[in-house]
Amino acid sequence: MRTRSLSYWLFLGPALLALFLVVFLPLLLGTYYSFTTWNGIKTGEFVGFSNYITAIQDQRFLNSLWFTTKFSIASIILINFIGLSLALIVTSYIKSSNLLRTVFFMPNLIGGLILGFIWQFIFTKVFSSVGQMIGMESLQGWLSTTDTGFWGLVILMSWQMSGYVMVIYIAYLQGISQELIEASHVDGATPLQRFRYVIFPLVAPAFTVSMFLTLSNSFKLYDQNLSLTNGGPANSTEMVAMEIYKTAFTTNAFAYAQAKAIIFFIVVAFITLIQVYFNKRREVQL
Amino acid sequence: MRKKYNWKIEILGIILALLWIAPLYLMVANSFKSKKEIFMDTTSLPERFNFENYIQAFADMNFLKTFFNSLLITTSSVVIIIIFSAMAAYALARTKSKLSTIFLLIFVSAMLIPFQSVMIPLVTIYGKVNMLNQGGLIFMYLGFGTSLSIFLYHGAMNNVPKELDEAATIDGANRFQIFWYIIFPMLKPITVTVGILNTIWIWNDYLLPSLVINKEGSETIPLKMFYFFGEYTTQWHLAMAGLTLAILPVIVGYFFAQRAIIKGVTDGAVK
Repeated sequence: MRTRSLSYWLFLGPALLALFLVVFLPLLLGTYYSFTTWNGIKTGEFVGFSNYITAIQDQRFLNSLWFTTKFSIASIILINFIGLSLALIVTSYIKSSNLLRTVFFMPNLIGGLILGFIWQFIFTKVFSSVGQMIGMESLQGWLSTTDTGFWGLVILMSWQMSGYVMVIYIAYLQGISQELIEASHVDGATPLQRFRYVIFPLVAPAFTVSMFLTLSNSFKLYDQNLSLTNGGPANSTEMVAMEIYKTAFTTNAFAYAQAKAIIFFIVVAFITLIQVYFNKRREVQL
Repeated sequence: MRKKYNWKIEILGIILALLWIAPLYLMVANSFKSKKEIFMDTTSLPERFNFENYIQAFADMNFLKTFFNSLLITTSSVVIIIIFSAMAAYALARTKSKLSTIFLLIFVSAMLIPFQSVMIPLVTIYGKVNMLNQGGLIFMYLGFGTSLSIFLYHGAMNNVPKELDEAATIDGANRFQIFWYIIFPMLKPITVTVGILNTIWIWNDYLLPSLVINKEGSETIPLKMFYFFGEYTTQWHLAMAGLTLAILPVIVGYFFAQRAIIKGVTDGAVK
């Protein structure tokens, strides 16, 4: 097929057109709108960087960025730790291996919105009734403070995504040649040494993949945030995606919300590129 | 040296698995209770299996209609994504040129763009041309889903020998025949992966449908669930029955296609 031929364009056309009309056109128009007083209907006048300047001084927006960052760091660490542990467990010589995989992976298939509702019930109702039963004060009032809202989101996210990360680690663990493991036995390595010096370096590429996935999922989280805390109490558990949504559709500040959305895009793209770069470099060194 | 059976790990794994299904147990157990029973104890099994909550939740969610809306939107979007992405990847992989490289780069870079960055203009543009409906939604899923799908298909195309195209051309087949009868069937393993990944995403998606088809009668399961839950937050017994109903199709699907789903999700992430 030549690029000049009609069939090249017929094959490529539908996907390219959809990508342009659904992703790039709104992105380009949105970037333009973010420099105006656009209200969703009329473009209004050109105001330069004023929306951006207001945005980077907007305490609520900055809080949501900071909250999202903290949440992402906590989630990435926990999800990868739990995911790798689960992978090591199910790849051991045990009888229930397949059943365990099925169970650990399952939450990943259920939508974030629905999971958030289930956990809302657990944190507010089940926690408080169990707390009363065993007399643990700290189980009361979950999701009603910033801290419990934060950890509630982290727990929900870890429960949902650990199984996903587990299957990625399993794929890499199974690629490790059995001879290397046997050699380490012969050399008298302890299980911990074997993990640190043999297994860990060989599953390093899995970290690139898993961290990329957990980072981008945590940073762009919306559904779980909406159904678990809805940003409360007092907007303190609001993540960036939700903050942008509310600026646009609750406050109706379209151009301003779009400026925040462009900042969000730049931050996400920047973090992703840096992370991929560093992970690739580390892999080469090993 | 063979690995030894490790009962300590086995017990640890089983305890963790019980912990993992505890949230689902709590949801199902409480869905059979009365309001009073939940107030008394949230962790016990229900006194008896009372289906009243389910009957009311089923009716209030207009469950059959909602389920078919989800099914229609997910199936049509996934079929369209599969066909057009495979076609595009075929063109890009079989035509080695600067232009093809640039197009592939555009598709891949689009994966970096978060939904929130395009959401606001998207809604206003499609509102203006009257496309905030099911048809518009399916088209949007093609736009958002095609990048990853093309990326996966493009990788798989490298394993389909070019000689097949040449042989078929000599036999007098045209481009569409070659693609449809020879190439596309050979891409079946990756088609399964692409289908599974997109199905999980679209079936569970809340935000996009909430912006595009937020009308009585056309809601998908997550959308309906949102309103249903909002109405019943103080009536947890009904909320739990509704949530169980909403999850049921996913669990049934997982039960039947478990192996393919786990493999598909792994391939999609690792490649």
